[in-house]
Amino acid sequence: MIKTDILIIGAGPTGLFAVFEAGLLQLKCHLIDALPQAGGQCSEIYPKKPIYDIPGFPEVLAGDLVDNLMEQIKPFQPSFTLGERAETIEKLDDGTFVVTTNKGTQHNAPVVAIAGGLGSFEPRKPLLENLSEYEDNGVSYMIKDPEVYRDKKVVIAGGGDSALDWSIFLADVASEVTLVHRRNEFRGALDSVEKVQNLKNKGRINLITPGEIVGLQGEGQLESVTIRKTTNAAEDITLEVDNFIPLFGLSPKLGPIADWGLEIEKNAIKVDTFDYQTNVPGIYAIGDVNTYPGKLKLILCGFHEATLMCQSAYQRIFPDKKYVLKYTTVGGINGFDGSKKEAPKAVIKAID
Amino acid sequence: MDIKIKITDRDGVLHEVDAPTDMNMNLMEVVRSYELAPEGTIGICGGMAMCASCQCYVKSDHDLPEKSDDEEAMLAEAFNVRENSRLGCQLHISEDMDGLEVELAPEEL
Repeated sequence: MIKTDILIIGAGPTGLFAVFEAGLLQLKCHLIDALPQAGGQCSEIYPKKPIYDIPGFPEVLAGDLVDNLMEQIKPFQPSFTLGERAETIEKLDDGTFVVTTNKGTQHNAPVVAIAGGLGSFEPRKPLLENLSEYEDNGVSYMIKDPEVYRDKKVVIAGGGDSALDWSIFLADVASEVTLVHRRNEFRGALDSVEKVQNLKNKGRINLITPGEIVGLQGEGQLESVTIRKTTNAAEDITLEVDNFIPLFGLSPKLGPIADWGLEIEKNAIKVDTFDYQTNVPGIYAIGDVNTYPGKLKLILCGFHEATLMCQSAYQRIFPDKKYVLKYTTVGGINGFDGSKKEAPKAVIKAID
Repeated sequence: MDIKIKITDRDGVLHEVDAPTDMNMNLMEVVRSYELAPEGTIGICGGMAMCASCQCYVKSDHDLPEKSDDEEAMLAEAFNVRENSRLGCQLHISEDMDGLEVELAPEEL
């Protein structure tokens, strides 16, 4: 069981900054995120987009903002459970919470802060009638172990970086790789597009564009897919395959958090703006995942909410301790790793 | 000035709304401001043409601005796409759009 002071669900900018504010109060944090990396939407959806409304940064790329936040919180040694989705929450007799992920990892903390943004990112699934029948029987939405595809016939659908990158990678592993996309143009790194072009010329990747997978066949196990190249169904192609990997990106879903007994309004968690606590004492919601009168889904508002949440969390964990706000210009930063940052002392020297 | 837009929501209900041309708004934002689709189901990426949650079908024959590469690319990966599909976030409200008729595409589940 992983134990911490504040368990943060969601490692986007708001969750990351909460680690810093908690650290100033000497509280330790652990973060859970469904994605394999920190940064939330900033890393997953728009790492290369500039943001112009972060105070003090006239312009900062979303990916750089995440890198900076990771650097800023380093002294406070946050730990992470990545690639796992928070599934259930249970309140123990001592008033602390146990949060269990979809992979069974358990976390225990007196305070839980949900910084889940729009929810956890789930793969976008194509609209095919019998798709769920073949899930784990030939259809998968992400590639965990490429060896599964060794000497197999694989068809990948999609037009972004992951479709391109996995086609390139699997060209060396699978016996046959077919990439299907609805148009001739791909949205990916130039380098990847060129590599796919190269592999196509060498006959190592079978490229079908424009094309769309419109049907799946097989007895219990995927055996073939139907590919529509034109609008004329009579010209459909049937392709024998062992595996179909649709890579249409991810979309956020509020997911299991919606069943945690929290008050939900407009797909967001209702909080009290005094300290961003939910209707369940000890569970807070900060950033895009919460709602209150006047709510704005802005990163800078998430930072503010994270700060106030930490103050309240401190009071909850140490009800008897008196606390006075300290400025970092005065108190500096005392990292849990023993590092110390503080303003240099003024030089006082007499002039002869 | 305001223009009139007819928007059919995901339940098939027709709404005729006023949309301002002078507030730097796009069609997705107009839909959200009138709450014609539940929060969290539209404009998920914020309007960067990086999700297709604001996809709509254009039913009138207005001469709309061409799709950008980003919009084309996103629509090529969206579901329920038709000939007349557009991303609402890429349609900047302008006076030429007066009388525009659109229907919101179904929510992706």
